[in-house]
Amino acid sequence: MPEPQYVGDAGAPEGAIAATGMGGAMDLATSEGETLEKGPDGPHGTGPSEKPRSLWSDAWLDLRRNPVFIISSLVILFLVVISIWPSLIASGNPLKCDLAHAQQGSSPGHPFGYDGQGCDVYTRTVYGARTSVTVGVCATLGVAILGSFLGGLAGFFGGAGDSVLSRITDVFFAIPVVLGGLVLLSVVTSSTVWPVIGFMVLLGWPQISRIARGSVITAKQNDYVQAARALGASNSRMMLRHIAPNAVAPVIVVATIALGTYIALEATLSYLGVGLKPPTVSWGIDISAASPYIRNAPHALLWPSGALAVTVLAFIMLGDAVRDALDPKLR
Amino acid sequence: MGRYVIRRLLQMIPVFIGATLLIFLMVNVMGDPIAGLCGDRQCDPATAAQLRKEFGLDKPVWQQYLTYMGNVFTGDFGTAFNGQKVTELMSTAFPVTIRLTIVAILFEIVIGITLGVVTGLRRGRPVDTGALVVTLVVISVPTFVTGLLLQLLLGVEWGWIKPSVSTEATFGELIVPGLVLASVSLAYVTRLTRTSIAENRRSDYVRTAVAKGLPRRRVITRHLLRNSLIPVVTFIGTDIGALMGGAIVTERIFNIHGVGYQLYQGILRQNTQTVVGFVTVLVLVFLVANLLVDLLYAVLDPRIRYA
Repeated sequence: MPEPQYVGDAGAPEGAIAATGMGGAMDLATSEGETLEKGPDGPHGTGPSEKPRSLWSDAWLDLRRNPVFIISSLVILFLVVISIWPSLIASGNPLKCDLAHAQQGSSPGHPFGYDGQGCDVYTRTVYGARTSVTVGVCATLGVAILGSFLGGLAGFFGGAGDSVLSRITDVFFAIPVVLGGLVLLSVVTSSTVWPVIGFMVLLGWPQISRIARGSVITAKQNDYVQAARALGASNSRMMLRHIAPNAVAPVIVVATIALGTYIALEATLSYLGVGLKPPTVSWGIDISAASPYIRNAPHALLWPSGALAVTVLAFIMLGDAVRDALDPKLR
Repeated sequence: MGRYVIRRLLQMIPVFIGATLLIFLMVNVMGDPIAGLCGDRQCDPATAAQLRKEFGLDKPVWQQYLTYMGNVFTGDFGTAFNGQKVTELMSTAFPVTIRLTIVAILFEIVIGITLGVVTGLRRGRPVDTGALVVTLVVISVPTFVTGLLLQLLLGVEWGWIKPSVSTEATFGELIVPGLVLASVSLAYVTRLTRTSIAENRRSDYVRTAVAKGLPRRRVITRHLLRNSLIPVVTFIGTDIGALMGGAIVTERIFNIHGVGYQLYQGILRQNTQTVVGFVTVLVLVFLVANLLVDLLYAVLDPRIRYA
């Protein structure tokens, strides 16, 4: 019984737009645009600076006033700077270790003390930022590009491809991430960051693709997209000019928060011994190496852990602030 | 309702096949399982060929997969390369991890929902801000760091708990590991409940309930909470599978001999049968938990009906 009703409901407005509604919709759009533009010049207008703001400029205004955003972006800026030029604040070599100093506490010139191998914890903590930031940024970019591409196409075209993609994302969701990492990365012998990043993109894209698919489906139903279609816009034009700008906000929010979790995931995998391998300096490796000496040299564990926590916190806070700014419903 | 359950069960089949096939392929990428059997020495080619034949490893992957799945449905999860039945490993490992997961879920429900209700009702007050900051910190500190720090403080420095869990792994020993396992989800449950409560607090039905003079307690538990719990139930339901699979880290820190421990050993020793078997069960748990969550909706919200 409900099914034919549903079909009827969905069919009617589409038909109306296609057959008769086009001219009307166009008139409506122009007249609305005119009133909007006229608004500020009217009797109560206060000049051209009161132009209607877009979602983005609105969000930016909101963000600039948000202390959470300011603090987290300062932390992130600092992290990015020291991952590009770690020698700015750490003069030592992170790989130069002297067993004579093993597990020693802090001393002048070595504020964080030494770890179990006699390496300077301060230098290693500073150099570890580069690995974490690289993994986080590259994995997020990869996931966001692949996920929004596949999810966007599925949401736009629908049909069989969409169903198949939805089932594939279901499959990926059913596999625990840490477990997949253990299985896939246990054979990797390379000590670079790329296998870890590749793994994260491989298992992370379904999360973004689901979000992108949903927001594309929502954006697709807007009148201006229907109008563009009626005017004969090509699929790619509709997608790039009309749908993408209006569907990208949720993807950005989820990706920013995911960036923090990827950094944590890298450290977790390195802790389990399958992520990054020793010549690479990574907080996860250092925490793992320090855990057997936790009783004698807790500082070797606490400093990299603290750095890791602050980094993840900064990205999650940034994501939170961006979400609050981009989603007016949550205000 | 019955038809809905059947449809959902049918939808589970492709996901189950896909997930197990994916893990089967991943494990095959893992490397030659025979190489791990001869210790550090190179295997004698004749022995290797013999072993390969015995375990069916000379056949193509898809054939191995079909044979394996056929066996699984008759309750045979194969034999680990050391001769131990995988089902035997499961019967010792799963009870431990299930206990750990129960402890973790209880923490999520009791602490998470309580904190969420308290903060949601006092939105913007110091309690709320404080709890939000704490949850943010808990989310940011990776589980293995939380675990190591709690182990250091409670186990080594203050001596409140034993730093590692015995092989029996009783509920009492699993309290701290359960809290560690639950920590991140606990923070999410708190935030989710808080948002949901704060949103529904201003709704008409709550005002009506207050207006007709119901005691505050009843308004909160029967009207507000019941309506606010739907997203929380979804989260906790999907979390069951994630907790059991994610217990690898917690089990490693506290030396708990559960599913995560067996999986970790299986992966290190390239014991494909163990890995595939355990993951298959974990995937099933995840799918069934999701189904149960969807059915729970109807209980929480009678407006939702499944045809």
